[in-house]
Amino acid sequence: MATKTNIEKDSGLNMRMFITGLALVVLYVIIITVLLRVGVDLGFVIVIAGALIFSQYYFSDKIAMFSMHAKEVTPAQEPKLHEIVDRLCLLANMQKPRVGVAEMDMPNAFATGRSPKHAVICATRGIMQRLNDEELEAVLAHELSHVAHRDVAVMTIASGVGMLAGLVSRIAMWGALLGGGGRGRGRGGQNIILIELATMVVSIVIYVIAYMLTMALSRYRELAADRSGAILIGKPSVLASALVHVTGDIGKIPRTDLRKAEGMNAFFFAPALAGGTAAKLFSTHPPLQQRLDALNKLERELNG
Amino acid sequence: MGLRDTLFGRTKQVAPQLDNLFALPTAALTLQTELELVSSGEAGLCFKSGSGEATLATDDDIKELLNFQEADNKVTFTTDDLGFKWLVIDDADITSLVTRIHSANTTMVEHGFGPRLLCAVFGFVPQTPPGEGSVRMVYLLKQGTFYPFAPTGNNQRDNELELRVRSFLEGDLVMEKDLSRWMALWNVPVK
Repeated sequence: MATKTNIEKDSGLNMRMFITGLALVVLYVIIITVLLRVGVDLGFVIVIAGALIFSQYYFSDKIAMFSMHAKEVTPAQEPKLHEIVDRLCLLANMQKPRVGVAEMDMPNAFATGRSPKHAVICATRGIMQRLNDEELEAVLAHELSHVAHRDVAVMTIASGVGMLAGLVSRIAMWGALLGGGGRGRGRGGQNIILIELATMVVSIVIYVIAYMLTMALSRYRELAADRSGAILIGKPSVLASALVHVTGDIGKIPRTDLRKAEGMNAFFFAPALAGGTAAKLFSTHPPLQQRLDALNKLERELNG
Repeated sequence: MGLRDTLFGRTKQVAPQLDNLFALPTAALTLQTELELVSSGEAGLCFKSGSGEATLATDDDIKELLNFQEADNKVTFTTDDLGFKWLVIDDADITSLVTRIHSANTTMVEHGFGPRLLCAVFGFVPQTPPGEGSVRMVYLLKQGTFYPFAPTGNNQRDNELELRVRSFLEGDLVMEKDLSRWMALWNVPVK
């Protein structure tokens, strides 16, 4: 295929993702080193953190579907939705995920599940009503890209550092408190308390940095899914138009409705939090303008 | 997808597989002897046009790309309700239908539209009209597999007939093993 260019790749985005990933790995090393130095029971911490992270990962589809009140639907119940997903999966030659609908008016969509085999792709009633078929297809292509990129697995591993750091800081805090009350007599006890406090401070710092890095990675994964989704449908402009409709509408809906969905942000097509107060650093999704600019650039590349 | 593509969040576009298409004329004979189904004389190619594919902007452009005469009224174009384009070819001979669909595919692949191709559909109708139970043989271009689709109107399909067709054609065609890929094509513009 002579005319085919390597449209799949965005080297700038790849580089940013690589650096973020590297930084997270470094943090993993630091937190484990801290653990070893302080002599906290390493096995204990790892078992607890591992169990938490693994269950979150393993049950991601059930957790997400449950917290969004989403139900799996059959082709008979939602023929059009299934038809669109069918065609996209065949175009991309990927396994068809389960399809779900959340009966809520907030226009959004999400994909979750620990692997492409266990994936579920879900749209809210609101987004199905608000978008036309082509725009809905674009949104579903974005979500299918999350599945293909194994974003649940990637984000679970990435967010593990933060969880580990949070756990260590809490253990250190209890250690300091208990140490101060009971066995902490004399100079030795004093030292232990100081070490525990230092551990707590260090792990809180690591926690904050890890959190920011995870959010950055999440934003990059969104941009990557935008890109892959747009390439799959062949029309970046349609995805851009869907984004404008969905994000524009979200801002108009009362915030009380939206807060309920806040914990689900990382899975969403568009962030469920309205307003500009949430700093860019702590946001799971890139700002609308950045996503539109990226799609615009891709549109120009496709037009060659 | 490789590990690196996963890490960087990339997907590769998928090229179509055309080779298995040529087994269809043999299968057509089996369909005739076993189920008394004959070619309806129509076949369709379904694809999704994308941005920047200026050469595919109008129907005449596609005709030109595919080396069809502009006056050739045996070739028609429609766009279905999901925005996919259908190129429908009218030809009584099944072998020549297959050849024309194959050459249309090859040309599109050569021009870089391979990733945009979805499926090819061949119509089969009962030999003695007015019979019931016509079947479309759908060729999934990315998978290189066939499956039968037998709509009976009103978003219903005759699954029993579809499975019977599969049992007869398993020797002739590469059938799609994953039943979840037997996609429904309601309002398919191919007879």
